[in-house]
Amino acid sequence: MTDFLGLELDHPVVNGSGTFDAIAARRAFGDALLERFPFSAFVSKTITREPRAGNPPPRLWETPAGLINSIGLPNKGLHGYLEHDLPDLARLPVPLITNVMGSTAAEVIELVEAVGARDEVSAIELNVSCPNVKTGLDIGSDPASLAAFMREVRPHAAKPLIVKLTPNTADVAAVAEAAEAEGADAVSLINTLRAMALTASGEPWLGGRTGGLSGPAVFAVALAQVAAVARRVSVPIVGMGGIRSGSHARNMLDAGATLVAVGTETFREPLAGARIAAELRETPANSAQPVA
Amino acid sequence: MSCSTLERRRLTVAGVDEYGPYRVLRVADPDGPPPDAGQFSMLTAAERWGGGEDERPYLPRAFSVARWRDDEAHYLLEDVGPGTNRLCELEAGDELLVLGPLGQGFRAPQEGRRALLVGGGVGIAPLAIWQDELDTPASVILGFRDAHHAEGAALLRDAEVATDDGSVGHHGYVTDLLARELSEHVEVYACGPPQMLEAVRALCEEHAVPAQLALESGMACGFGACFGCVVPTRDGGYMRVCVDGPVVDAAELVEVG
Repeated sequence: MTDFLGLELDHPVVNGSGTFDAIAARRAFGDALLERFPFSAFVSKTITREPRAGNPPPRLWETPAGLINSIGLPNKGLHGYLEHDLPDLARLPVPLITNVMGSTAAEVIELVEAVGARDEVSAIELNVSCPNVKTGLDIGSDPASLAAFMREVRPHAAKPLIVKLTPNTADVAAVAEAAEAEGADAVSLINTLRAMALTASGEPWLGGRTGGLSGPAVFAVALAQVAAVARRVSVPIVGMGGIRSGSHARNMLDAGATLVAVGTETFREPLAGARIAAELRETPANSAQPVA
Repeated sequence: MSCSTLERRRLTVAGVDEYGPYRVLRVADPDGPPPDAGQFSMLTAAERWGGGEDERPYLPRAFSVARWRDDEAHYLLEDVGPGTNRLCELEAGDELLVLGPLGQGFRAPQEGRRALLVGGGVGIAPLAIWQDELDTPASVILGFRDAHHAEGAALLRDAEVATDDGSVGHHGYVTDLLARELSEHVEVYACGPPQMLEAVRALCEEHAVPAQLALESGMACGFGACFGCVVPTRDGGYMRVCVDGPVVDAAELVEVG
């Protein structure tokens, strides 16, 4: 068992937000999904106050050992999530963590209050890779901006709050420290690295112009960022980025993470989370094969 | 709709058949869930997936089931990129990781209408299994680049062929042949390149003929996780080709491609 924010989890492998749609997967795989759910907790995709359709296609670009995505956070909005998705997600056999995002503190307060009031939700993850409407910079891109945001939002969250850090910043450890100082109960990282692909004629390939890079290509970067954050904060860390085996997961735990999240590997193999958890049990602490 | 197994199944190539530039990969799948016509699977070569040109492929690739016969699933391949290139190298005895069957397949024609199958290039694949399953004979119109590619038409029975260069069959597009077939007695089932599907969609709309289109899209997962394979819908949003399709009613789409 793994203890995380007071939750007793069967193993330390969860999904990265936005990389597994449990409701769609239930349609594709039937009840087997509930009987063999691959993660020890389920993290929802990002929920915003208003519904979002997402970015125009194309949304994907395969890179050497990775994937650039420009999905654009499609979701049904807060009301649609609470009414339509939450009842289905509450039937999953694991605790539910709801990920939320907004471009103003007022918007995020509304989200964390509404989501935090629901018994089905065990914890809230705050996506701070969102441009502040006043400055245009990502809320999580520097320590002062995140601290100011957290001071307003934190008192309104009645549930444990995980801050999902952006890697697209000069000093991720300083941002993590600011999150902890303002009441974050945990931090999770890395989100995707900003990336781009061009067509033969030099135009952006992705409908959203830029996207986020994930997959094996980012593992080494993620490991360095998790290790840097672990040296500066004492709250639990959810480490993610390119994890695809028990050895990768063990590396991430050795670097200071309490949980690991799997994302892009799940696209290749729906049961990747369960496989990695099983491999992890066979890989004792400090015995991981060197991986990259 | 048939549900997919949750695990990727490690299956063995039973044989490979060649039709002009196309290869039909016959995969032994004695214990697999039988697919509905129009469903697809995500395929990964068990060995050397990655390490090709530009270190790709990385993600699995989606293929319609072209035929389900004698405990074998057939997949129609054309070598057009790093994924299909690797899959085209496979020989009898080689292994694949297969996730499927996935997505929504074809639905029977409406009362009083008979099926009219319209395919283009490698997109003829799901029409072959649909022709096998239909209770009544269907008209079949297939379009290809040239005579060499048109050898793929042998996958279906009694097909009328059009080629872009006129080297065999009608010189022109499948839609030239389609126009004269449209009536209140047919329902169209189409799969092919986006330009062809868009022409079919527009023509069917003009003639008020119902059409089911099997869409193709690059996808990372195949089961609704990545949200990467979307197409715009009439309500102003998007639908995921993998879980809401790949077979969709033409009336739901603004345009294809």
